[in-house]
This record gives sequence, C-alpha cells and structure tokens, in this order.
Amino acid sequence: MYIIQQLINVLQLGSVYALIALGYTMVYGIIRLINFAHGDLFMVGAFISFIVATYLKLPFIPTLLISMTAVAMLGVSIERLAYRPLRQAPRMSAVITALGVGLFLENLILVFYPYPQSVPILLPTIVWNLGGISISFLQVLIIGLSLFLMLILDLIVRHTMVGMAMRAISLNKTIVPLMGVSVDKIISITFALGTGLAAVAGVMYSQAFPVIDPYIGILIGWQAFICAVVGGIGNIRGAMLGGFILAAVQIMVVAFLPSTYRDFVTFTLLLVILSFRPYGILGKPSMEKV
Amino acid sequence: MRKTLVISLVAMLTIMSMVLVGCKSSAGLTIPIGVNAELTGDIPAVGASCKNAALMAVKEINDAGGLDIGGKKYTINLLIEDDGGKADQSVSVTQKLISQDNVVAVIGPNASRYALPAAAIAESSKVLMISPWSTNAQLTIDPKTRQPMKYVFRACFTDSFQGQVVAKFAMNTLGAKKAAVLYDVASDYNKGIADVFKATFESLGGQVVGFETYTTGDKDFSGQLTKIKQSNPDVIFLPNYYNEVPLQIQQAHRLGITVPFLGSDSWGSQELIKLGGKEVEGDYFSTHYAPDIATPVAKKFVAAYTTAYGSVPDDIAALTYDSFGLLFEALKTAGKVDRQAVRDAMAGIAHYEGVTGNLQFKEGSGDPIKSAVILQIKNGKFVYFATANP
Repeated sequence: MYIIQQLINVLQLGSVYALIALGYTMVYGIIRLINFAHGDLFMVGAFISFIVATYLKLPFIPTLLISMTAVAMLGVSIERLAYRPLRQAPRMSAVITALGVGLFLENLILVFYPYPQSVPILLPTIVWNLGGISISFLQVLIIGLSLFLMLILDLIVRHTMVGMAMRAISLNKTIVPLMGVSVDKIISITFALGTGLAAVAGVMYSQAFPVIDPYIGILIGWQAFICAVVGGIGNIRGAMLGGFILAAVQIMVVAFLPSTYRDFVTFTLLLVILSFRPYGILGKPSMEKV
Repeated sequence: MRKTLVISLVAMLTIMSMVLVGCKSSAGLTIPIGVNAELTGDIPAVGASCKNAALMAVKEINDAGGLDIGGKKYTINLLIEDDGGKADQSVSVTQKLISQDNVVAVIGPNASRYALPAAAIAESSKVLMISPWSTNAQLTIDPKTRQPMKYVFRACFTDSFQGQVVAKFAMNTLGAKKAAVLYDVASDYNKGIADVFKATFESLGGQVVGFETYTTGDKDFSGQLTKIKQSNPDVIFLPNYYNEVPLQIQQAHRLGITVPFLGSDSWGSQELIKLGGKEVEGDYFSTHYAPDIATPVAKKFVAAYTTAYGSVPDDIAALTYDSFGLLFEALKTAGKVDRQAVRDAMAGIAHYEGVTGNLQFKEGSGDPIKSAVILQIKNGKFVYFATANP
C-alpha cells in the first residue's frame, strides 16, 4: 500500500518535471541554447492562470488554454527579440541573455505580486480512497494530461513535416534552408510548443501547490534542466525518462531513508549516471564540427 | 554670504541650547532611558511599533507624575535613536546613548541581527540592555567565554523555549502520544525549534514517529507526508514559515491525514489565513501574545494603544511595553537611579505580570521564564486558546 502511494507521488512529480524538461530539451535540440528563462516561463504560466482564474473567474479549461496561448506567444516573442539577434554570436552570450530574460520575468511579476499569492482551486477536490491509497482527481489529471501531451509531442516530432523540419535543423542548420524550409518559422514553432508545455506544467503545478510566488520557477527549472541532461539533452523521450527518474529517486529516498539524505543521494546518483553515460541515458554522442 | 552662514549657525546653536536647557530645568528629577530601534532600514515597521509602545509607556508614567523611586518622584526622559537597520549603526547608537546621554538602561534593538552587536557594547559598558523581540539564543551569551552575559536581558522567550512549549502542549493539552515533525532543514530557526520539540516530546515519554525534512523552496511534500501518514501520528508539528505551511497542510489533507497541526510564532501572520483558507482552520501555534487575551493588564494596554495609534498592537509593541514595565519595576526595586543597582534588581525580578504574560528572571540568565500563548485558527481568525507555562 505504502509503496503504491509513493509511486503515485512519483508519477505526479515526475509528470511536472517531464513537461518542463521537454521545453529545455526541444530548444536545446534545435538551436543548441540552454534556455535558462524556461523555469520562469513556467512561473509566468502559473501566474497567468492565477490572474485569469481570480479576476475573470473562468473555469479550468479556458484558464489552461489562455495561459498556454499567452505563454507560447511570450516564448516566441522572447526568441524573436532576445535570442534571434544572437544566433550567430558565441553560445555563451545567448546563455547569459537567457539568464537575463529569466531575471527580467521574475522581477516583472515581482512588481505586481511581491507577496505569495493563493491560487483559486478550479478542479473538483475529489479524493478516492482505494484500500488505503488516496488518489485525487487532480493527480489523475496531472498524470493523464502530461502523458497525453508527451504522446502528442512525440507524434508531432516523429510523424509530421514540422517535426521532420525540426529534426533536420537539429542535425544540420546550414543545409535546411537550402531545401526551402524556413528555419526561423520552425524555431518559432519549437519555442511555442516548448513554452506552451511549460505553461501547462505551471497551471497544473499551481493547482496542485496553490501558493505561488515569482521565484517558484527557479528551483523547479534547475531540477527540470537536470532531468533533461540525465535523459540526454536534445532527446525528447530522454527528457520524459529523466523527469520520472529524478522524481522516483527523490521520493523513494524520502520514503525509505531519512529525508535529509534526499538531495545528497539524488544528485550523487545522477552524477554516477552521467559518469557512465556522459551524453545522458538516451543521448547520442555528437561530434563538434570545426 | 559667509557672514549670513555664521549668523544662522549661531542662531541655530542658541536655539538648540535653549531647548536643551529648557528640557533640563523644567523636568526636575529625571531618568534618561534610551531606545535603540529600527526606525529606518529593512524593517521600519518593527521600529515603528517599538517607538509607539515606548512613547506610550513613558507618557503613562510621566502623566501620573513620574516614577516613585526611593520616595522621590522622577520623570522619564526618553531618548529614541535609530539604528538604521545596520549592525554598525546599532553599535554606535548604543555607545552614544550610554556614554553621551548617560542613560540608565537601553531598550532595543529588536531584531537579533542588530541586537547581538549592541549587546556586546552594553555588556562591556556595564549598562542594562533589554531587547524586546530578539529570540536568538546567542543574544544573552557572551561569544568569547560562552557564559551568560550579566547586563543583557530580553522580554521574549527564546526559540528553544518555543519548541518545549509546543511539545508540552501537544502532550498535555491535546493528549498526543505520537508526534511527527516536518521542517525546513536549511533554515536555523525551523531546525532549532524542531530539534528542541523532539527532545522535549521524547523526554516527556512521547514518541516522535516521523522527523522529516525538506529544503527552502520545495513545494512538493508528498513523499514526506506519505511517510508521516504511515507512522500514524496524533499531531504533526510544522515549525515553518507562513508561506509554506498552507501547502503542507493542504497536501496532508489530500493524503487523508486528519490529525491537528501545530506551529510556532512564524505562523503569526495574517498571510497564513489568506493563503491557507479553510485548510488551516482549527490548527494551533505558539506565539508571544494574543490581542484578545483575557488578562486585565493586556486588555488595558490593547485599548490604550488602539486609541492612541488606531491599530491593534503587534507582538513587538506588546514586548516593548513589557520591557519598559520590567525596567520601571527594576528601578522601583533598586530604590536609586544607579546602573548597577538597576541591573541587579532586574536580574532578581521574581514575578512580573506583563501584557505578554507573567515573567520571571533567575540570577545568571537574561532570558525570562515566561509563558507563551497558544492561538487557534478559528473562523479565519487567530483566537486565544491557552497559555503555556514553562
């Protein structure tokens, strides 16, 4: 019973990690940029859902859609304004810009909401009790919606023209435009998809943990980044796997060892994984072209 | 140009000296008392409450004709200084009060980070200092000798006392035999209280069945809470800040945990109720003082403060008022206006009924033996529930 309950906790936390990690990995896979503003876009997603639900009093599904659209648009604008001018610049410049964008978003929200805010609960708080195991409707929804979105994303990347273009850009950015594919357009679509997923994660997260502040994206952003790296950065299935691995280790350490050991054991294990698989579990070694 | 400057300077000095002389001559016998408060800087609200309560305490005495010491009436000359929310300014202001203004005692600073450096000055100058609000255990301990300081006192309880209070409350009032704790291992305050709670609860014959940690910034506590649920505690202690507690309680409820939750004075912000809503209803926490507390002393203070300043006094105001009360008591007992005599009288106060409860000092420690109050959250308000004696 106990272990099943903890496994449900793993699935819930892992789904959130995986959704955010997907955004990191997609952007990295295509333009080789670690978008450190990604965790803050997740935070903005949570805040937009808070604003929409509090002031417009909309139900869950419109709130989710508005938040996704708004954050996807924000993601595309950030790419257009902050990253595109730096595409030919050294990679370090782009990473520093990403950190700057993240700080900008945090402080922007901080101007309006300096105190932690309470998010209205939009979903029915049903808790099923199955022989000593508690499962809430929210948990089922988070896990179900995440898996569904990951499946859709996997289909898009593997079986559509846009997806093919994405994979092609990821392999060779110089040749693709010669084939008549607009690189800018594909990169914009990638940002829209990645940040839209971060917004979904933000909305679900703020429903599960309904006290939000402008800094919630930092810690979870770092953790999702680690998931992406462990799974193999640039690899979409790797990001999902990484998300569930990190959640499983974190929760199982707490479940069976003193909880103080959690971060120590977790990150030691991740270092061990990376020392055996430096490109991540599903990552492939790639040659740096000179 | 130069001439005007000189003339205006001379005029200013003349006026200032007239004012100063005027003060001295009109007052008869006076006692200078210093206040060192955080009037500007990062926590000006703390300094403002402290200043308000200080002015009120002194006005009450002066309006009544002064303090009766050894058969003579003395009026209080209150000197309020600003430490600017800086440790170095806190030191220089304390030095100024002691050596230039010749105060008999200094009240404040409130926050531990400014009170600790000021305490070293008070101790070496052999002048009584009372901090209303600094709960850090180190305040009254000499950092070099590790011995208790002789001249530094406080009006509040210490962090470790709070852990004991909650443990005793859980066992004696709530009848808990098994308790679980979830705390932020990365924060001194939370960790300190959690450790003391565990030690006390176990020494009373209880069992701490869960002692789980997280780190600052975590939002998902499901792993720890599932483990705590498995151990089947009677109460759960959460000595954490008001922005995290609502999440912890809510997640516990979703996992089917129905036992009462306990907290410490870090819960004492209206934000807790705003963020927690119905989830925190019925839970308890310990703190310094309750505005609705039923003692006549407290009622009188709350009423007077509310009339004077238009707001309900917070715990800083109440503790500042008590600091002055203690000092007046010590002055009366000493029977003369003498720094050493006042300090000795202060250390020997065996019973003082203050706004924040009954206080007592034992020779050899500047920490009062005093009660804490337990508040319950009822209908979205903090309501006085019980007084926990040490």
